[in-house]
Amino acid sequence: MPEKINSSNLEKARAAANKRASLGADIDLNSYKIPASEKPVNTDPSKLSAKDKGKMLSTGVMLDDPTQRMGTFIQIDNTPIHYSAKQDGVEVMAISQAKEKYDWFGDYWWKAVAVDTDKYTAHVELNESNGYFIRTLPGAKTTFPIQACLYLNKVGAIQDVHNIIIAEEGSELHIITGCTTSLHNEPGLHIGVSEFYIKKGAKVTFTMIHNWEPAIGVRPRTGVIIEDNGLLLNNYVAMKPVSSLQLNPSAYCNGENATARFNSVLVAPSGSSMDIGSRVFLNGKGSRTEIIARTITTGGEIVSRGYMEGNAPDIKGHLECRGLILGKAGSIHAIPELKGNLAGIDLSHEAAVGKIAEEEVEYLMARGLTRDEATSTIVRGFLNVDIEGLPPLLNAELKKAIEDSEEDMF
Amino acid sequence: MNSEKADKEMLLDIKDLVVNVDSKEILHKVNLSIPYGETQVIFGPNGGGKTTLLMTIMGFPRYQVASGKIFFKGNDITDMSVDGRARLGIGIMFQRPPVVRGVKTRDMVAACLKKDNGEELISELAGKANMTDFLSRDINHGFSGGEIKRSELLQLSAQAPNLVLLDEPESGVDLENISLIGSLINNLLGKVHPIRERTNSGLVITHTGHILNYINARTGYVMFEGSIICEGEPLDMLNTIKEKGYRECVKCLRK
Repeated sequence: MPEKINSSNLEKARAAANKRASLGADIDLNSYKIPASEKPVNTDPSKLSAKDKGKMLSTGVMLDDPTQRMGTFIQIDNTPIHYSAKQDGVEVMAISQAKEKYDWFGDYWWKAVAVDTDKYTAHVELNESNGYFIRTLPGAKTTFPIQACLYLNKVGAIQDVHNIIIAEEGSELHIITGCTTSLHNEPGLHIGVSEFYIKKGAKVTFTMIHNWEPAIGVRPRTGVIIEDNGLLLNNYVAMKPVSSLQLNPSAYCNGENATARFNSVLVAPSGSSMDIGSRVFLNGKGSRTEIIARTITTGGEIVSRGYMEGNAPDIKGHLECRGLILGKAGSIHAIPELKGNLAGIDLSHEAAVGKIAEEEVEYLMARGLTRDEATSTIVRGFLNVDIEGLPPLLNAELKKAIEDSEEDMF
Repeated sequence: MNSEKADKEMLLDIKDLVVNVDSKEILHKVNLSIPYGETQVIFGPNGGGKTTLLMTIMGFPRYQVASGKIFFKGNDITDMSVDGRARLGIGIMFQRPPVVRGVKTRDMVAACLKKDNGEELISELAGKANMTDFLSRDINHGFSGGEIKRSELLQLSAQAPNLVLLDEPESGVDLENISLIGSLINNLLGKVHPIRERTNSGLVITHTGHILNYINARTGYVMFEGSIICEGEPLDMLNTIKEKGYRECVKCLRK
């Protein structure tokens, strides 16, 4: 990467080192340790401890069955410990390796997310963070997903991650990212920057499952640039306790007929604070978006945001935020926002926060289900956002995760 | 009449039933008995209490029994929950069922079936109801009038109740679908059933009487202002009502 770009990023990061984020509680970065970012090593992931593997499996990362994946990346704290791709036209490596390998790397570095967005992005830059570089070459199509796991392992530490995902023209890329931790009640902070570049006619399905613990802070920062006829299907699932989780990814549909779809499924148990949104900028003629968020609080606080902005002719977008309050405590604040900057565009939203409709419960009871069975069927349905492009095994895992969290609800 | 005792001959036995909805008395001392294996129909103008009667038999909490009893298979079910009644063998076809997002038609049929590994039977029943393409859709979401009827009858055919409560099963159904709906109801009432061989009973609300071409009903009632005012042979009654309107029934009451 040219020295000049590098130093300008560093300068901006230094200037933003104390810049508070516009959303979410302010986290004091100085109260955490920063584990060293070691040189990537390539170990056999099936040799990880059963406990770690089990934890990773709960986020959809299956390390014991290589037939279900086309590539794997694992980073523990700040050091990549495994990277592999087993399909032609698919590249999986550590960011530090891609930086050395490609002289064009700078064209994708801090181009979808601004380095000086806030102190979290600045922290990632200032600590020379590692992360994954995943790329499909033109026309390549992953049959099974690439699995990536970001694992927070050190007590009281910050995990800094910076990922780059590039789908070259006409390619198809499926990624499952599981983020989790070995910690239980100890503090930790995960900061993850992800930059996506979806070229002409390319399709990316990105499924991220977060499985944190009660004292963990989480601050992902994501930007997605989509060219002509490109497609992003972004699925996000967070159903376990977390201290403070705030993310608000931005997708820029810059190309003609570019499409971005966001599905989010959230369950906030007592003590958890989740501020989750999706932003889509429809800048290309005929670009499309759909944002669907299903949220449940069983005692935690949820802010469910959605923002879509129409800046080009013939764009279309729909936003749906639905929330259920199932605990005695807890709150859901739905904030759907639409902004149209020219005539002839089509943006709409629907939002609902409340309880399970008694009429639906009675309907199921009239078929012989008890009140509890009826309620749990409705909740399962509520969370059952159809997630496209998931392999069956993972879909089953996801369903199981939903059922598990259901057990905690009732 | 002793309102505290069930008639063992009857599948359903309603004694002096008084029902309030939102603290207003809607049904006044209704008596009605359905023998095992018989289907009965209720006529009557809108607002006369027909739907209230069906909803009360099913046990929806909004319909409050102020006095009187409902016996089913000899059990006093007056205070039984909706699901308890369903499991005991009462099934209802909803007129305007709610959309339940994320819950598939298949899930509903499976819930009605109450057994595991029912995939084959679900497919078979769905085929008969011409609902195969709807199995993986959210229940009732974007369904047309006829599709709702078929979906309801599909669920009921899996539930296989002994008493089927049908509220205007032919309303909103186009001519193409009416004979299918008719034959599904006929199956439900127990002529030929995939799960068990037995003859069931039905209580059917109808305005048009079209459904009488497909089911074999022996007894008809006219319900008017919350009371049953007339009992007779359904087709005769329908002809009288068509000719002279419900005014004739009211006159009959005054006699």
